[in-house]
Amino acid sequence: MAVMTYREALNLALREEMKRDPRVFVIGEEVGLYEGAYKVTQGLLKEFGPKRVVDTPIAESGFTGVGIGAAMVGLRPVVEMMTFNFALLALDQIVNSAAKMHYMSGGQYNVPIVIRGPGGPAHQLAAQHSQSMEVYFYHVPGLKVVRPSTPMDAKGLLKAAIRDDNPVVFIESETLYAVKGEVPEDPDFVIPLGEAIVRREGRDVTVVAYMGMMYRALEAAEELEKEGISVEIVDPRTLRPMDAGTIIGSVRKTHRAVVVEAGAGFAGMGSEIAAFIMEQAFDDLDAPVERVTGANAPMPYARGLERAKTPSKERIMEAIRRVCYAERS
Amino acid sequence: MAVTKVVMPKLSEAMDTGKVIKWLKKEGDRVQGGDILAEIETDKADVEMEAFGAGVLRKILVGAGDRAPVGSLIAVIAEPNDDIASLISGAAPPASAVGKPAGPTSAPGATSDRPTSVPPQPRSEDPAARQPAPAKSPDGPGAGSRTETRREPAPGPSAPVMAPVAAAAPLAGGRVKASPLAKKVAAQRGVDLKVVQGSGPGGRIIRRDVEAATTAPAAAPAVARALPGVTGPEYEDRPLTQIRATIAKRMPLSKAPVPHFYVTSEVAMDRAWALREELNALDGAPKISVNDLVIRACALALLQHPEVNASFQGDSVRVWHRAHIGIAVALEEGLITPVLRDCQAKSLGQIAVESRDLAERTRARKLKAHELSGATFSISNLGMFDVAEFSAIINPPEGAILAVGSVRRVPVADGDEVTVGRRMMLTISCDHRVMDGAMGARFLQTVKRYLEEPLRLLV
Repeated sequence: MAVMTYREALNLALREEMKRDPRVFVIGEEVGLYEGAYKVTQGLLKEFGPKRVVDTPIAESGFTGVGIGAAMVGLRPVVEMMTFNFALLALDQIVNSAAKMHYMSGGQYNVPIVIRGPGGPAHQLAAQHSQSMEVYFYHVPGLKVVRPSTPMDAKGLLKAAIRDDNPVVFIESETLYAVKGEVPEDPDFVIPLGEAIVRREGRDVTVVAYMGMMYRALEAAEELEKEGISVEIVDPRTLRPMDAGTIIGSVRKTHRAVVVEAGAGFAGMGSEIAAFIMEQAFDDLDAPVERVTGANAPMPYARGLERAKTPSKERIMEAIRRVCYAERS
Repeated sequence: MAVTKVVMPKLSEAMDTGKVIKWLKKEGDRVQGGDILAEIETDKADVEMEAFGAGVLRKILVGAGDRAPVGSLIAVIAEPNDDIASLISGAAPPASAVGKPAGPTSAPGATSDRPTSVPPQPRSEDPAARQPAPAKSPDGPGAGSRTETRREPAPGPSAPVMAPVAAAAPLAGGRVKASPLAKKVAAQRGVDLKVVQGSGPGGRIIRRDVEAATTAPAAAPAVARALPGVTGPEYEDRPLTQIRATIAKRMPLSKAPVPHFYVTSEVAMDRAWALREELNALDGAPKISVNDLVIRACALALLQHPEVNASFQGDSVRVWHRAHIGIAVALEEGLITPVLRDCQAKSLGQIAVESRDLAERTRARKLKAHELSGATFSISNLGMFDVAEFSAIINPPEGAILAVGSVRRVPVADGDEVTVGRRMMLTISCDHRVMDGAMGARFLQTVKRYLEEPLRLLV
């Protein structure tokens, strides 16, 4: 194990996979000479050369299409979105080509592509650059969607995504790039897609959260421990395929659930998780499943309003108290 | 078209009343014969009740959570134009309709201006329900989606029905608000949710309310927690669960009139243990428990000793040629003995799979009525509690029951050496009206031989 940042863990995953498999290459805006807008691709151009680290014009639809074509003929591209908000420009490529090709070609083509980059609320990036972009992708059959919360997950899941034979949307976070954590240096360390993890064990309530919200839920859990509420936190890690089994198992134990998501709640991940909890664990519930979500509004630029739009520790704590029928102390 | 009376079914020998846990069809629903109408809690398990006729479920007379005597009318299935007023006006009110005051609208026959066939509609004429939802604040889709739910018509008392106060009560009291978990726990513990005070939002009954209702008669002051040894209440009266009440009623009927005698034998389990380990190491084969071996041994022995597989009938003894074996399963609320039928015809593997399924469904209270009666012989195994030996009370009309202790490692004389062996004590309780000591002893010898030469269990 080594302690490194989330950013370094991603870099290490890319480097190991490029060494392991000559078909793996990186393509996107500023990934080469500039070494990535967030320095995730640092040193790769020098080590692997311009054939495997390809700088492109500012044309998301174009270079995503190039990646999909390359994947169809046997390469394994990793396409970087400078921020995932820009993937909207490539939505047709991702949704109509990458996700559909295997199906529509009757299995003749598969598209082993990874599309990665940061998404979700950060620090004053305003309405167009703070969106929880996963919601645009996990709805689409044919796409896998990963949201890794820790450096270890960033490395293990990115390697699994690159080795996967299907298109994987891999959304990181500006706010987590500098987070440090232990990361296995073993080049064979991968975390399978579709496995959730229990971040914290507890008895009274299951909180499902990922990325920044997971850390906020951990803080809420620590405070509520003082009030005698024992919180279990499950991080799905992969949103599709979703590891419902781990979440349901936890809810069967705690009998209560709160789902936290940074994005707007309407038809969000919280809705989906709340729905399958009610379908699969209805008789185990002692309270309605609660959602704590971002406000249903564009992200404001002003710092105070940005904070107000995003779920706070206090709102998470309030929801937990409500499902536990606990009086505020 | 025919009018079908739905009556409280008799689902077990000892059942005299049953409780409707929930209706799976509501008034106004069209049903076919064979549809599951409701779940009924008997003294032993929760059982699904089927419809025996087709038509519209016109009237439900015993609501969820209420109890009714066996054979009493609890609902009516008919066509919409059939007159059912005379039928339901003669029906007895539910046995324990707590919280259902007999106001003008709750008298079953008095349907006033509303025909009974009209299903309860959401009262959308209620002006309060028409209020526009508050404008969505930008703060939170959570809030947004909640207002959408609120837009649904508020049920109950605000609806303009006849005499406002008296009429409103049954509507408000008709539906118990409880969390799904609270309902499950209440069903398991035999708690009538109608008498439980809910502490959740809007009076919702949650798990802790049900638990409080089953443990403490009144709210014990929480301050007394500091010194539980001295300051707590001196005693508590726990209401009998359905199961406990049934056991209390039936066991004296066995022990007093049935002259019990007991025969005990020790069985060397070394080879059976080894065989079981070998079987359980097989890939894909069902896991065999010691109890499965005992069931199989008893099934074979009962065929050879039909006099033990027999019931006293006053002027005759009924001797069974098939081994329907009751397997005692301990639940928190008491003992239930589901029946594994035709054990004489089942392989060890089948017995293992079916007995495990039976035990699991017993714990989940998902047994079917026919699985709760008709045993010809029973086995009670307390081996998992590290019990050396004990004796059981016969469950009439069965003629005998076998009590099984733990498999213990004990010193045994092997020639002049003392070695360690696995031993298990079996005690059979027999009805002396049916058989004598020697018969019980011979049966036990046969069981012992099967277990000590366990390959016999496989052929």
